[in-house]
Amino acid sequence: MSRGISHAHSIVEPGPLSRNIAGIIVIVYAVVALVPLAWIFLTSIKTPPDSISYPPKVIFDPSLEGYCNLFTTRSRQTAEYLETLAPPSGLCEKIARDRNMVIVGPSNYAPRFLNSLIIAFGSTALSVLLGTAAAYGFSRFKVPLKDDLLFFILSTRMMPPIAVAIPIFLMYRELGLSDTKLGMILLYTAVNVSLAVWLLKGFIDEIPREYEEAAMIDGYTRLQAFFRVVLPQATTGIVATAIFCLIFAWNEYAFAVLLTSGEAQTAPPFIPTIIGEGGQDWPAVAAGTTLFLVPILVFTVLLRKQLLRGITFGAVRK
Amino acid sequence: MNDVAKASFIERAATATPAPVARVVKGLSDRAIAWLFISPTIILLLAINIFPLVWTIQLSFTNYRANRPNAEVKNIGIDHFQSILTDPDVWAAMQATAHFVFWTILIQTILGFALAYLVDRRFRGHGFWTTVILIPMMLSPAVVGNFWAFLYQPQIGLFNYVISFFTGLDPSSFEMIGSVKLAPWAIVLVDTWMWTPYVMLICLAGLRSIPEYIYEAAEVDRASKWRQFWTITLPMALPFIMLAVLFRGIENFKMFDLVNLLTNGGPGSTTEVASITLKREAFEKWRTGYSSAFAIILFVTVFGLANIYVKALNKVKSR
Repeated sequence: MSRGISHAHSIVEPGPLSRNIAGIIVIVYAVVALVPLAWIFLTSIKTPPDSISYPPKVIFDPSLEGYCNLFTTRSRQTAEYLETLAPPSGLCEKIARDRNMVIVGPSNYAPRFLNSLIIAFGSTALSVLLGTAAAYGFSRFKVPLKDDLLFFILSTRMMPPIAVAIPIFLMYRELGLSDTKLGMILLYTAVNVSLAVWLLKGFIDEIPREYEEAAMIDGYTRLQAFFRVVLPQATTGIVATAIFCLIFAWNEYAFAVLLTSGEAQTAPPFIPTIIGEGGQDWPAVAAGTTLFLVPILVFTVLLRKQLLRGITFGAVRK
Repeated sequence: MNDVAKASFIERAATATPAPVARVVKGLSDRAIAWLFISPTIILLLAINIFPLVWTIQLSFTNYRANRPNAEVKNIGIDHFQSILTDPDVWAAMQATAHFVFWTILIQTILGFALAYLVDRRFRGHGFWTTVILIPMMLSPAVVGNFWAFLYQPQIGLFNYVISFFTGLDPSSFEMIGSVKLAPWAIVLVDTWMWTPYVMLICLAGLRSIPEYIYEAAEVDRASKWRQFWTITLPMALPFIMLAVLFRGIENFKMFDLVNLLTNGGPGSTTEVASITLKREAFEKWRTGYSSAFAIILFVTVFGLANIYVKALNKVKSR
């Protein structure tokens, strides 16, 4: 973070021994913390019997049954009936036949996943838009009751989601927003915008006012200075904020489970309801979980710099 | 508010000298921009946060039930508040919440700070491993929490297998989420797994905010590493540690998703934290008025505690 300053010969640099010991401990922690995630992936490519065997199987024949079950609904048929059918056409159909089943249609996973995408990206775009504007307003102008307003914005995050859900449930019922994507986008935006304002205010505060003032002396209006000078400087902060909003909206469960049931239901409340015959179909649940986690994993790795900067914003000074 | 801004905008346009007028009119006055930029956020928060809050307050004094919209609504005063504060089940829920918040914060702070301290040794590849450690906190607590229920299965779960592998206990002899003794720790463990990285990151920011020259001065004065830790590192990182505690405290006081999917408050009501009780009252028993009153009590509690805490934090910061 303090790039540009050489520490190579600093007298406070930790010695190689303490460095290596620190490295080993951290790596051990990281590897142990990853085991549950690795197990989710392994379970997703097991057959249902393999997934519940004892002792837990690490070596097994991989199968796509979990993914097939995730995307389809099946029904059990008698052997006599199955014999009358034409040979199975696809891989999933073949897997189903081996279990004396036929595929009767697609499951709800794909539409729920799509809902998650729409709601997460919609609310993120809106939160960042509103948040950037408000953050700039708070950062650069004398706003009456500024501290109170900023505290009010933050305090809206202290409400337990269930407490907010009670009146929102009633309000949305009146307005016809129950179980709609628009309703969920607005709700997630309201939750995220407080974080967005606080994060972005930190970033914009760090951009020297002199830049805009110089631009305005050169004939830019305040708005032009905002768009052409401040926004480009704040890109890192905006990206970091967008990631946080996106992750929150993507992962959110409490509002989704209480306020949506069909049309606007997202993946998190749906995945735990995936059941097979006689209880949860763990390979299918694991497959749904894996697919749901992959976008965030990719995000975390690709955008780690912005993420780190976002979480530690304002703390890193030169 | 917009009218005020408009009025002042016209006023300024009228009183300004000719040359800047063109600019002000073209570009709006600063005050107009300030309100134009801030008001959409404020309006959204008023509509989706404050209006519902006011409605909740109003409902808390009534016997309204959301599943009977046509029934007559009676104003019953503070009856709900009285019955909540004297209800032993509510106090049990508050105790379960306190247990959860206390232990998660204690363990996560110690673990998170220790990890941050180690990462700050800047060993080879520390950036990569920091990213790896971050992964659990990025994931959906609901979706991952649901899967932990599988890991915790007594006979077939990986968690029980690993414990039995290292301790020799019979893997079906203990149930993490089925036993009254272990269930509260089952949720503490998963929350710690998820959120220690968050505390680590904030602590890391704190450690990196300490200017190098302070350590250099300490080295010149021949202060031991141990002494440097207690007199420089810890005090200077303390505001950050306290900030992490505040954020985690607020989040875990509201805890819902993880617990709902792992234990759903069970067995019995051992892990029934406040949010789970609230869900039962509001969306299963449909006692909307009663649950509104409970929601307000929770909000006032977290708001009050957070305020006291922020005052303490500011004191530490200004030292």
